[in-house]
Amino acid sequence: MYSEKVMEHFRNPRNVGEIENASGVGEIGNPVCGDMMTFYVKIENDILTDVKFKTFGCGAAIAVSSMVSEMAKGKTIAEAMKISNADVAKELGGLPPNKLHCSNLGADALHRAIENYLAKKPGAGEKGCRCPFCDAPVEGSNICAPCKTQGRK
Amino acid sequence: MPSVYFDHAAAARLLHEAREAMLPFLTEEFGNPASLHHFGNKPKEAIEAARVQVAALINSRPDDIVFTASASESNNLAIKGLSLPHKDKGTHIVVSAIEHVSVLEPLKSLCTLGFEYTLVPVDSEGMVDPHKLAAAIQTETVLVSVMHANYEVGTIQNIKELAAVAHRYRIPFHSDGTAAVGRIPVDVAELGVDAYTFPAMSVYGPKGAAALYLKRGTRIQSLVEGGFQEKNRRAGTEDVAAIAGFGAAAAVTEARLSEWSATMAKLAQRIFKELPQRLDHVIFTGSMSNRVPGHVSVVVEFVEGEAMLLFLDDAGIATASGSSCSSKTLKASHVLLAMGLPHAKAQSSLVLTMGKDSTDADVTHFLDKLPPIVERLRQMSPLYAKFQKGEDPYALKPGETCEDEHEHETKDE
Repeated sequence: MYSEKVMEHFRNPRNVGEIENASGVGEIGNPVCGDMMTFYVKIENDILTDVKFKTFGCGAAIAVSSMVSEMAKGKTIAEAMKISNADVAKELGGLPPNKLHCSNLGADALHRAIENYLAKKPGAGEKGCRCPFCDAPVEGSNICAPCKTQGRK
Repeated sequence: MPSVYFDHAAAARLLHEAREAMLPFLTEEFGNPASLHHFGNKPKEAIEAARVQVAALINSRPDDIVFTASASESNNLAIKGLSLPHKDKGTHIVVSAIEHVSVLEPLKSLCTLGFEYTLVPVDSEGMVDPHKLAAAIQTETVLVSVMHANYEVGTIQNIKELAAVAHRYRIPFHSDGTAAVGRIPVDVAELGVDAYTFPAMSVYGPKGAAALYLKRGTRIQSLVEGGFQEKNRRAGTEDVAAIAGFGAAAAVTEARLSEWSATMAKLAQRIFKELPQRLDHVIFTGSMSNRVPGHVSVVVEFVEGEAMLLFLDDAGIATASGSSCSSKTLKASHVLLAMGLPHAKAQSSLVLTMGKDSTDADVTHFLDKLPPIVERLRQMSPLYAKFQKGEDPYALKPGETCEDEHEHETKDE
């Protein structure tokens, strides 16, 4: 069912483990799905110097995690965020059609770990603008709707 | 490397006697049983002789056996063929929640024809309570179907009692005997069933042949229409070789059933006793007191089924699993879920079905190989990591379900 490359990554997965004091952690999947991956990244000067993972899942899930960790290590944040599901499946020499969703999980878990790091960075702040009067989120140059109806204090 | 085959539920090595019975019909006796010339004679005789042998296996009259090509076909014929003729009387069917997909899927397509169905729940061992069955029956119910033994967890139902419930309401009762035949004695007269499914594979016969027992007088609408074969119950030129193999296999299995079952039961007992001594956090599923011999179903916590299966395969051991990843439909076993197992545990299932040729050495090899495989997978598992830290590995975040981002449905299903 699986290609030789997938079986190789399944039998000898790279980068299994956790990173203590990781720069970012990304969890994806849940038992209902049948696959769960947790990715840990160490980021220094914008580069993923270390990537580790733990995976509960099938042959494809483990192989994908291993391949993603290998593809991401040493890359810049921007490069790592560009790693796509299709890239992973291609690097593995293809996955059976019903296992392609496993490749989605791997790339997504990596991205979540990176986003987790970016959100923790000092000065990251909240996404988007907020009304200075009622603190409601404000899109672009729209007048704050709640303030408009309530009137300025 | 030893080769251990613990997946008899999927397929079994053909009995030598079955192979011998098949060969003439794959070579010089190629005639069509329906032919009026002499080329049809031996094929016709072979089918009728096989019918007698297969009937004897389950204590049925030969005329009450319909040959089909698979247990799935027999189930489709039973579910659709036994309910459609009664559509004007009622359009409700009752089945257990743990039936095989070849019983459940026909129900869904019958819904497009105006039928409805009720799934009777099972307890944590997979047993159907006769009172719950009675409660599910309505005035419009025209068919009840409960499998004799379950392929996933080995639990044997009290079919005699369940059939009696259906008969109290004058409703025909069908049972899928695929997982029971070849492991326990089956007497359809004693059980009281109106219809009963089983394939040749259950008795070490070939793929491509199966039977549907239909008690005399049971009204059935055929699925495959056209010719008059099988007394107009199933058209199509018969797979003579497969049927001949089925008959021969049935005869041998009938004679050796108690000996083979005793052997398989002892081997399974070894696993029940010794596996927990070598591996922690294993949970055996299905009834321990009421299960088919040679069947072990176990949840190995914190690791996923297909991953175990692949490593066991590397070690020369063939097994099966109820995890979603190991199923073509990517859904966790509905049997385990119906028994109340949480999803994460259903994903960790391993199913071993032994056969007549399974040995002590096979069991020893399995017991030696599984623990290091599990150890290795647990080291990789975020669930195990959580467990080791004292967190609940099975906790779902509020509202957590399978994310829509990755669609599990496959086009070719």
